[in-house]
Amino acid sequence: MLDIAIELPLEITSEIDAWILKFPKQHKKSAIIAALTIVQQYNGGWLSKELLNAVANYLEIPKIAVYEVASFYSMFELKPVGKYKICVCTNVSCMLCGCKEIASHLKNKLNLNFGESSKDFKFTLKEVECLAACDKSPVMQINGKYFENVTIDVIDKILAELK
Amino acid sequence: MNIDFDKYKIWKKLLQQRINRSNVIEELTIANLCGRYGTSIATSLNIITNNHAHQKYILCNADEGEPGTFKDRHIMLTDPHQLIEGIAIVGATIGATIGYIYIRGEFLEPIAIMKKALIEAYNANFLGKNIFKSGYDFDLHITHGAGSYICGEETAMIESIEGNKGLPRFKPPWTTSVGLYGCPTGVYNVETLANIPDILEQGGKNWNNCKMFSVSGHVNKPGVYKLPLGTAFKDLLAMVGGIKNNKKLKAVMPGGLSSPIIPAEVVMQLHLDYQSLTQAGSMLGSCGLIIMDETTCMVEILLRIAKFYMDESCGKCSPCREGTGWIYRIVNKIYNGYGSLQDLEVLEHISSNINNTICGLGTMASMSVKSFIKHFKQEFIEKIQLGTVVHDQY
Repeated sequence: MLDIAIELPLEITSEIDAWILKFPKQHKKSAIIAALTIVQQYNGGWLSKELLNAVANYLEIPKIAVYEVASFYSMFELKPVGKYKICVCTNVSCMLCGCKEIASHLKNKLNLNFGESSKDFKFTLKEVECLAACDKSPVMQINGKYFENVTIDVIDKILAELK
Repeated sequence: MNIDFDKYKIWKKLLQQRINRSNVIEELTIANLCGRYGTSIATSLNIITNNHAHQKYILCNADEGEPGTFKDRHIMLTDPHQLIEGIAIVGATIGATIGYIYIRGEFLEPIAIMKKALIEAYNANFLGKNIFKSGYDFDLHITHGAGSYICGEETAMIESIEGNKGLPRFKPPWTTSVGLYGCPTGVYNVETLANIPDILEQGGKNWNNCKMFSVSGHVNKPGVYKLPLGTAFKDLLAMVGGIKNNKKLKAVMPGGLSSPIIPAEVVMQLHLDYQSLTQAGSMLGSCGLIIMDETTCMVEILLRIAKFYMDESCGKCSPCREGTGWIYRIVNKIYNGYGSLQDLEVLEHISSNINNTICGLGTMASMSVKSFIKHFKQEFIEKIQLGTVVHDQY
């Protein structure tokens, strides 16, 4: 791991400070998930090693503690991702309602497999677990926004709108 | 959203009565409000209330990750103030002055709605310092995860709030005595807490003991249904409009993905309550019913379940870490037609040996495997005898 850490900009640190205040004084570390989420969003959806180090410095915790958390939780990306991160639920309820067709359509259309990003970093396709909207399955998420009861037509329409 | 001032009246009343703890606990005991595994809430409230630590916490578990369950998201989207009131009441009862709502990281919309509701509640002095001039302080914060099923387990959730990997802790000590930051902590589910204002308003005796059933899969009208415990499955199936496309029912997972599967002929005779489902070899769990029709391939479903557990095993205990992956590899082999009859024995052997783990994830995985093989062994054998098949990879 690189030891270089960059300075986090003020707008980010002030957001992190608001989170730190939610927890008891001696437990600054509790803000780590929130801090990484904020930093990830600021960095276009992924966390570089420099940023992980910066978060560790800012929260005054060992770097390894940040690496551990960043690699444990599935929403943190440690490699660059596309501008649009498309997450498709393939769990049982969605599977019963036809997520397989949705997934293979997306794969063909974007020419990507699950876990891959397009060369121009416009799209990333990801397989995720249940998104807790099983009554409206199949479900997918694009940059956090839910799309429910998706069909192949809906996907074509959405993809055409994404620029 | 304007706060309906009818809300929070139980909270107000409780503070006016200088927080009559024994009354709250008594009403909840009479109502027999139960948590996910059918354990009484009143018992744990009692333990924490009698603990005189200088700091106690209340946590609301909104890390709804159980596949097939979506009631908590529904509650947060539709009735956030009811939930906040429930947390405040339970918090005051156990003597906690700080509470956290731990929401799944994926739930951007519920997080936004809860944040807004929290600001409204603070502005109206339903939360904060010296609430309704009672001298009582209660602070509630929203915190979130970042994608981990295991953080729905209470001690893993506490680890996650403390800023660590979500690995479950060894119990005992139970969270009721050593929880968040080492303090006594009450951890309750969204639905449980949202029920509390209703129970106290109607009185424990009159409370109708309703549960929220999340129904999904091959049914005409999937959704959240609020029904009394003990409703016959037959009635529920009629209510959700029956099976899609006039197909026949094949099997049901009654309590989310982690509950053992029950075949149609058994489930049609069942009443949906904790006891009957345990007797039928399954569990009510989170009341997330996943309903499957006759066209469903059971090997494929088990493959997806096995993959889920393999992905979500946190890796702390070896039997679960190794076992879930092993199960996945064998089921994958059978699904793709490379399996042998011996593999079925191996599967049963592995699933009998995922035990002695800290949390229940591995046990759930093995219970699923056992139930699928018990009820649908023939399908597995057919897949094995059929030989290699090319499936769509998805």
